[in-house]
Amino acid sequence: MISFGPTEEQEIVREAMREFAHSAVRPIARKSEEEGLVPEDFLEQSWQLGLVSTQIPEAYGGGGEARSPITNALVLEELACGDAGLALAALAPALFAMPVVEFGTEAQQRELLPLFCGDRYHAASLALVEPGPCFDPIGLRTVAERKGDGWVLSGAKCFVPMADRASHFLVLARAGEGVGLEAVQAFIVPRDAAGLEISEPEKKLGLNGLPTGSLALERVELPAVGRLGGDAGCDARRLVNLSRTALGTVLVGLSRAVMEYAIPYAKDREAFGEAIARKQAIAFTLADMRIEVDAMRWLTWKAASRLEHGVDATREAHLARSYCARQAMKIADDGVQVLGGHGFIREHPIELWYRNARTLGVLEGTVAL
Amino acid sequence: MIDFMLTTNDQKILDAVRREALVCRSYARHYDEHEDEFPPDELPEAGDFPPTMSLFAGREPEDTGLGVMSMLLTAGQTWGDYSVRMRRGKGGLGNAALRAAGTPEQQQKWGGLTLAMAITEPGCGSDPSRVQMTAVLDEATDEWVLNGEKIFVTTGCRAQGVVVWATIDKSAGRAGIKSFLVEKGAPGFIVSGKEKKLGIRADDTAAYVFDNCRIPRGNLLGGKEEIPQESSGGFRGVMKTFNMTRPAVAGIGLGIAEAALDFTRDALREAGIQVEPGPGIAAQSAAAQRFLELEALYEAAMLTVLRAAWLSDQGQPNNLESSICKAKAGAAVREITQGCIELVGPMGASREHLLEKWFRDVRITDIYEGTGEIQRLIIARNILGYGREELK
Repeated sequence: MISFGPTEEQEIVREAMREFAHSAVRPIARKSEEEGLVPEDFLEQSWQLGLVSTQIPEAYGGGGEARSPITNALVLEELACGDAGLALAALAPALFAMPVVEFGTEAQQRELLPLFCGDRYHAASLALVEPGPCFDPIGLRTVAERKGDGWVLSGAKCFVPMADRASHFLVLARAGEGVGLEAVQAFIVPRDAAGLEISEPEKKLGLNGLPTGSLALERVELPAVGRLGGDAGCDARRLVNLSRTALGTVLVGLSRAVMEYAIPYAKDREAFGEAIARKQAIAFTLADMRIEVDAMRWLTWKAASRLEHGVDATREAHLARSYCARQAMKIADDGVQVLGGHGFIREHPIELWYRNARTLGVLEGTVAL
Repeated sequence: MIDFMLTTNDQKILDAVRREALVCRSYARHYDEHEDEFPPDELPEAGDFPPTMSLFAGREPEDTGLGVMSMLLTAGQTWGDYSVRMRRGKGGLGNAALRAAGTPEQQQKWGGLTLAMAITEPGCGSDPSRVQMTAVLDEATDEWVLNGEKIFVTTGCRAQGVVVWATIDKSAGRAGIKSFLVEKGAPGFIVSGKEKKLGIRADDTAAYVFDNCRIPRGNLLGGKEEIPQESSGGFRGVMKTFNMTRPAVAGIGLGIAEAALDFTRDALREAGIQVEPGPGIAAQSAAAQRFLELEALYEAAMLTVLRAAWLSDQGQPNNLESSICKAKAGAAVREITQGCIELVGPMGASREHLLEKWFRDVRITDIYEGTGEIQRLIIARNILGYGREELK
C-alpha cells in the first residue's frame, strides 16, 4: 500500500530528534566545525538517546526493536538538519553495529554487540571509501585473500568516521572473482590488528565536526571468523544500498536547514524599501527549495521502504542518493545567494552547509545505517 | 506506516490499465494527424477488456487509497496516449468543479453530463480574478444573463455543458466571481472556434461566446448568490477544485514522460548503452548518466503527485502539496522529454516514432491548471506567510 504516514512511534521519535537537533546539535555545530572536534559531552548526550542500541537484540543488551531503515531515515533527517557532521559522529558506531545485527554470526553478535549497549559512547566504524580519483564502491581496490582458514587484507581506506577512536572497523574488500559488489565482503578488523595503520584526522572541505581518518592495511591477517557473517558472508549490495539511502536522508536534512534559515532571513532583510522575500526572484528560489526538499525526502523514503521490505533497492537507492546530492548542492548554493555577502561570512551557517553539501554529495558508504 | 509497495490488487488494476493503454497507443499517431476526428470511447481491439471501474471491486483495507490509485491510473492511461484514452468516463474539468461545489440537486441534474470548465478569457489567463465576463440577474424572469468570451476550453467542443466563471459584481473583485452551469444549446451560447495546437491535438480546445445567454437562476453553481464580505471567501471555494485537478494534470504529464523514458531506454540499449544504476563515473557513459538523471527526476516528481493525492485520501488539506507537485511535474516533464530526444538523436525527431509527439503533447503540463510560475507564487506565499498583497 502506498502511504506517506509515519507510525505514531515514528512521529514521537521524529519529534524528539527535532528537539534534540534544535537544542543540542545546532548550537554547537559551528564551534565543533571550527575546532575540528566533536565535544565529548555531545557524544555522551546523544548516546543516551539510544540511537545505536535501540535496534540491537535484547539478548545482547539492546532495545530489541526491529531494524527499520525508515525510522533511521526520519532520525537522520532531523539530526542532519541540526548538523550533518555531528549527526554522523553520533551515529558512526551504528555503521559497524547495524551490519553485525543484520549479517553477523551468533558468535560475532555475542562478542561485538554488547559493546554498543553500555552507558558510554562506544566508537566503531565502517571503512568503505578508498583514496584515489573517482572512487566507486563497485570497483574496490582493497582485497582480501584466503590464507588457510583465514584472510589477509591489503589496501587503503579513507574518510573513515571516528577512526581516531574506533575499537573496530568493518572493512569492505574484494574477496573473490565475481563482478562488482557480488565479490565484495565485509571484514571485522580490530584497532590493534597487526599491519593496520591509522592516520591522523583528515583535513576536509566540510564535515569537520566529524573526525575521519585513513587506514593503511598492510597484509592484515584475520582468522576465519574475521569475515562478517562467517561462511555465509554478507550482502554487500544491501549494505551499499542502505548507505546510499541514509546519505540521501542526511542531504534532505541539510537542505531543510538551508531552507529554514533562508526563509526568515529573506523576510527580514530589506532592499529597495521592502523585504527581499517579496521579490519574485528570491521568493521563487525559496519555493524551489520547498519543492525539492519534499521531492528528495519522498525518494529516500521510497528506497528505505524497499529496504525495510527486504527487496532489492539498487535502483531506488541510487536514484535517491544521486538526486539528493545534486539538489542539496543546488539548494545550498542558492542559500548562499539569498544571503548575498552574508552567505559568504562564517558568522552565518550557510557557508558551512555549502561546503558540507559538496562533501556529503561525493561520500559513499560512510553512513551505512 | 510509510510504504511504497503496491499490493496485488493495486498491481492487477495497473496492469489492466497498461494493457488498454497499449491498444490506445496504436491509434495515437492517427488522431494526432487527424485532429478533426474524435477518438472513440471504445476501440475494437479492447472490446472484451473489463471496464476499469470493475477492477476496483474487492478492494481491501491494505490496498492503496483511491486518490493515489487514480493518479497512478491516470498516468498509466496517458503512458498509452494523452488523447486516446478509453473509458475515461464522463469527466471534464467541469465535473470536478460540480463535485466540489455543486448542491445535491445540481449533482443530480448535471452529474450525468460531460462538463467542460471555462475560465480563461482573451484578456486573462493566469489571473482569473480579472474575469470580465458578466452575469446579471434578471429578477423579472428569474434568469442569469451571461455576456462575454471564453477561450482555451478543454474538450469544449465535445462537452455537453460547461461550468463557466463570470462576475456578478465587478466592483467586488474576486469575491464577485461565481461559476455557472450552462448546457449546450442554451440560447446565446455559441461555440465560436476550435484551436490548432502544438500537441494534444485529438483533445479539442474550444472558444466560446456568450451573447445575452439566458440560463435559469438555479444554475449558479453551489447556489450562493450573496457576495461574501471577507475578501475572496467565495473565490477560495472555487479555487479548491484545483487541489485535485492539479495533481491529476501532473500525473497526466508524468505518464507521457514515462513513455518517453521507456522508449529512450530501449533506444539506448539498442545502441549498446547500458543504463543500469550503480556504477560510478568511471564505469558509466555520459548518456547513461544523463538518462538516470531524467529517471530520478521522473520518480521525484511522481512521488510529489502521490503525496498530494495521499493527503487528500487522508482528508487532510493539500493546497500547498498540489501546487508543489504541479510545479515539480510541469518542469520535470519538459526536461525529461527534451532530454530524451537529445539522447535518442535524430531518430527522436522523426514522426516514425511517438517520441516527438510526446515532446509536443507534454508541453502543456506546465501551463494549464496554473503555470509553474503561478504554482511557485502560491508555494512562496504559503512558506513565507504572505498574502497576495505582500507577494505579487
